[in-house]
Amino acid sequence: MSDHEFPVERTGILNFAAALGETNRIYWDEEYAKATPVGGVIAPPTFAVSSALWNPSYALRGIRQIPAQPEPPPEGGARKSGRGGSSRLLHGEQRFEYHQPLRPGMRLAVRTRPGRSWQKEGKRGGTLRFSESVTEFRDERGELVMTATGVSIITERAVGG
Amino acid sequence: MQGNPKLSAADLAVGASREQVVVENLSRTQIVMYAGASGDFNPIHHDEVFATKGAGVPSVFAHGMLTMGLTGTLLTDWLGDGVLRAFGVRFVRQVWPGDTLTAKGTVRSIAPDGRVEIELVTTNQHGEPVVAGDAVALLPVSSIG
Repeated sequence: MSDHEFPVERTGILNFAAALGETNRIYWDEEYAKATPVGGVIAPPTFAVSSALWNPSYALRGIRQIPAQPEPPPEGGARKSGRGGSSRLLHGEQRFEYHQPLRPGMRLAVRTRPGRSWQKEGKRGGTLRFSESVTEFRDERGELVMTATGVSIITERAVGG
Repeated sequence: MQGNPKLSAADLAVGASREQVVVENLSRTQIVMYAGASGDFNPIHHDEVFATKGAGVPSVFAHGMLTMGLTGTLLTDWLGDGVLRAFGVRFVRQVWPGDTLTAKGTVRSIAPDGRVEIELVTTNQHGEPVVAGDAVALLPVSSIG
């Protein structure tokens, strides 16, 4: 689990909003945004996912690792387990709790801790192991800005795409 | 936290709903844009050879978080900016290039303080759910002029 900084920046918000096909100017037009009660540019509700770009222990962020790290297991692809079988890691659920919107200029402290874990029998994938990770985003005064909770599922057997 | 609501709790009733197409004919380009913007460079989402020959899936497919983000555009277009208090989904089915997704929100409950709970489902062009979940928005109690 990792602790790292997440500087919230306008260009990052613009790129993220563009990737969602957004037409809402609140995400890039400072003049428009200032004239609304929101008072300035904010980030789309799921933007905090891009904090992964600043997470040094996140191997998928595209920054070259020295020494090179092995290719990470694909989210949807077969992964060899130690027992020679294949298993799959899936993103099962995601939840955000918001206290204030993310705004450019915020320098957030990101802290992730493990949450609950449980398992159940699946029809196609054999035993499904669920594990939660809870990530808190706090501003420079230590106030909670948002909480993100993700649930990963590891399936015993690969299930069809 | 001050938002810019588009409507008040009084403008909504339990069972009221709104749906909109949140992406039409999803392009690989948009998936790649999302990879760059989110920092998720898992090759299953952008490398066709890796996806088909390596992982044995029919093609690259969208990040679940892209589908969640697209679903979020329904919420903000409907309810306003900076009004969400919670937003959660379960990823039900993969989303492929060429898919057209429709997000639908239905008011599940309205609290006296203006807290509105919305049930969410986003479906593909075959009517199959791809994500399902819920959201909570804090709206003004009475109508906004």
